[in-house]
Amino acid sequence: MRILNEVSLDVYEGETLGLVGESGSGKSTLGRTLLRLYDADSGKIEFDNLDISTKNRRELRPLRSKMQMIFQDPYSSLNPRRRIGDLIADPIRIHGHASEREIHVRLRELMDMVGLSHSFLTRYPHEFSGGQRQRIGIARAIALKPKFIVADEAVSALDVSVQAQVINLLMDLQDELGLTYLFIAHDLSVVRQISTRTAVMYLGGIVEIGMTDDVMHNPAHPYTAALISSVPSHDSIMSKSPRIKLQGDPPSPLMPPSGCRFHTRCPFATDKCAAEVPFPHDVGSGRSVACHFPIS
Amino acid sequence: MSDNILEIRDLTVGFRTEQGPVEILKGVSFDVKAGEIVSVVGESGSGKSMTSLAVMRLITDPNAMISGTIRYKGRNLPGLSAREMRKLRGRQIAMIFQDPMTALTPVHTIGWQIAEQMRVHLGLGAKVARKRSVELLGKMGIPDPERAYDRYPHHLSGGMRQRAMIAMAISCDPAILIADEPTTALDVTVQAQILDLLQDLRREYGSSIILITHDMGVVSTIADRVLVMYSGRIIEHGAKSDLLDKPQHPYTLGLMRSIPPMTGERPRRLPSIPGSPPLPGKRPEGCSFRPRCEFSFSKCSAVPPLYRCNEQFAACFLAEHGSHQWQRNLAEERTAK
Ligand SMILES: Nc1ncnc2c1ncn2[C@@H]1O[C@H](COP(=O)(O)OP(=O)(O)OP(=O)(O)O)[C@@H](O)[C@H]1O
Ligand SMILES: Nc1ncnc2c1ncn2[C@@H]1O[C@H](COP(=O)(O)OP(=O)(O)OP(=O)(O)O)[C@@H](O)[C@H]1O
Ligand code: SF4
Ligand code: SF4
Ligand SMILES: [Mg+2]
Ligand SMILES: [Mg+2]
Repeated sequence: MRILNEVSLDVYEGETLGLVGESGSGKSTLGRTLLRLYDADSGKIEFDNLDISTKNRRELRPLRSKMQMIFQDPYSSLNPRRRIGDLIADPIRIHGHASEREIHVRLRELMDMVGLSHSFLTRYPHEFSGGQRQRIGIARAIALKPKFIVADEAVSALDVSVQAQVINLLMDLQDELGLTYLFIAHDLSVVRQISTRTAVMYLGGIVEIGMTDDVMHNPAHPYTAALISSVPSHDSIMSKSPRIKLQGDPPSPLMPPSGCRFHTRCPFATDKCAAEVPFPHDVGSGRSVACHFPIS
Repeated sequence: MSDNILEIRDLTVGFRTEQGPVEILKGVSFDVKAGEIVSVVGESGSGKSMTSLAVMRLITDPNAMISGTIRYKGRNLPGLSAREMRKLRGRQIAMIFQDPMTALTPVHTIGWQIAEQMRVHLGLGAKVARKRSVELLGKMGIPDPERAYDRYPHHLSGGMRQRAMIAMAISCDPAILIADEPTTALDVTVQAQILDLLQDLRREYGSSIILITHDMGVVSTIADRVLVMYSGRIIEHGAKSDLLDKPQHPYTLGLMRSIPPMTGERPRRLPSIPGSPPLPGKRPEGCSFRPRCEFSFSKCSAVPPLYRCNEQFAACFLAEHGSHQWQRNLAEERTAK
């Protein structure tokens, strides 16, 4: 089964690229493929001007420390029988060449960075709240001073009041450490808050990418427009654009529609859309849209 | 004299555990009017699902200790026999669960399950029940409902399953629908469809809806009234517009401010509430929000009752005199900075 369909994507150093889209559209798959946790069938992935798509496991190892992932469910990604200190030190012990003394110092530094007490280091994951566990996951991800982090629904499971703390933390760490993020989330307001640019996926492809404010306030692809207009918003003062209703359900990735993959649900589809694949093209200000009739 | 269809008074739920009794809900009281959409919001573990399970009489744990009254059209539900309750459940009061597999069994097709509900409660014949089930599935936006009727829950995507369960819940036009996070697992485009459906149900059948959600956007789209829960209590309630525009409880205020805005300037930092909600066994004495509250003062070592401020109610000593004075001070302080 083809999950990603000829995706081309640049992530700029120091930016946060938000990735949104229908459930099952391939966001997690894309994130994992970029980190080479999954192998692509074809295509090329460059990291720091280095082609990593052809490297084998051994060759990838030194690069692994530069690329990390933060997961949605902090609980299931932490081994319940190990102490927090060991969990965070693991990547350092595997990849780094640090002495136990250096690790001791580094662990305390990391706890300070993510705003947790040093006393937590000797305790176990089940003793912590969701927000604290997510901080532990973040400490683990930044332990090796990575350059690039894929955050896959990293704040989605958190309560709103705690979610804001973790978003702030991720933004602070980015400033401090010069991190680059690929930030996958289904909550558009969270993506708007954290992302420099935003990419929108539909059925295995990126249908629109551009500066976050452009994409969110003047969507050019009909799917993006439908997505944004469906967000129930609590800032009621602003007049909302009328909702664009989509017909039916997303088609199965096993049998993607011909031409534009969105044509079976697009309110603006014409005969051309069913026949010809729309390739991504530049529509100005660094925005790229894959649609024959983008909204202007 | 009252047009309340549901009146809950002093609902308290606790569990006997190895560490001793733990109180989950403490003195929850609220009313639901006929045809009203009431939203329940609050942090995870605050007792939202527990409240709805208590109303449905679905708390089955033998260690549970439940007290209080739950009057549906004047009848006290905890006093009904199991048989009377079965007749009400699904027919008069229906529930959409957080997890669809709580309501659907894997051994029957979704269509059969919906039809069965109507055969039992409405006495419909097999043919009519089937026809109505197919109609309902179609109304839920499920493509090709004739074929969907014969599919098993595990053949459906999460969103489809959720819609099948909603179809089942509304099949007998219940007077009260309790919807526990009905759209949390769904894409926003599907969520918007489901919210339309809930509003149709109210419009066409005058059903009341209790909607549990953590999404303030959803609240602002469809609720008439909002209840805010924290640590097993209702800490604020009022009409939607009052509550969202001028929250009186510091927790509600913090919650509203923590949500990243969809419009206007993006804040450099999101305002956030420090700390995290206490676990049920470890709730602090007095006001349970105290360890996280930026306004706490000496009085807060006692439990604040719900005070009236204009048309809304807040369980906070700052609201004792019903004034918004503390909020005005806060606003001035912020603009001065
Ligand atoms: N290991 C796998 N084997 C086969 N199919 C898979 C596998 N993992 C994912 N898929 C399929 O690939 C598609 C994309 O999945 P992916 O998890 O990347 O989507 P997503 O955009 O992250 O969705 P969500 O928002 O629900 O997390 C889906 O159709 C999914 O069913
Ligand atoms: N059988 C039980 N024994 C002891 N505690 C229980 C039992 N069932 C639930 N609880 C506890 O009751 C509390 C309230 O749970 P509830 O499911 O009502 O929360 P909620 O507000 O619905 O949260 P969420 O937003 O996560 O769904 C939780 O802390 C839960 O751990
Ligand atoms: S190419 Fe056609 S079907 Fe596809 S999004 Fe554009 S208008 Fe719609
Ligand atoms: S009662 Fe006191 S601690 Fe509780 S919310 Fe009000 S000011 Fe804060
Ligand atoms: Mg995913
Ligand atoms: Mg719940």
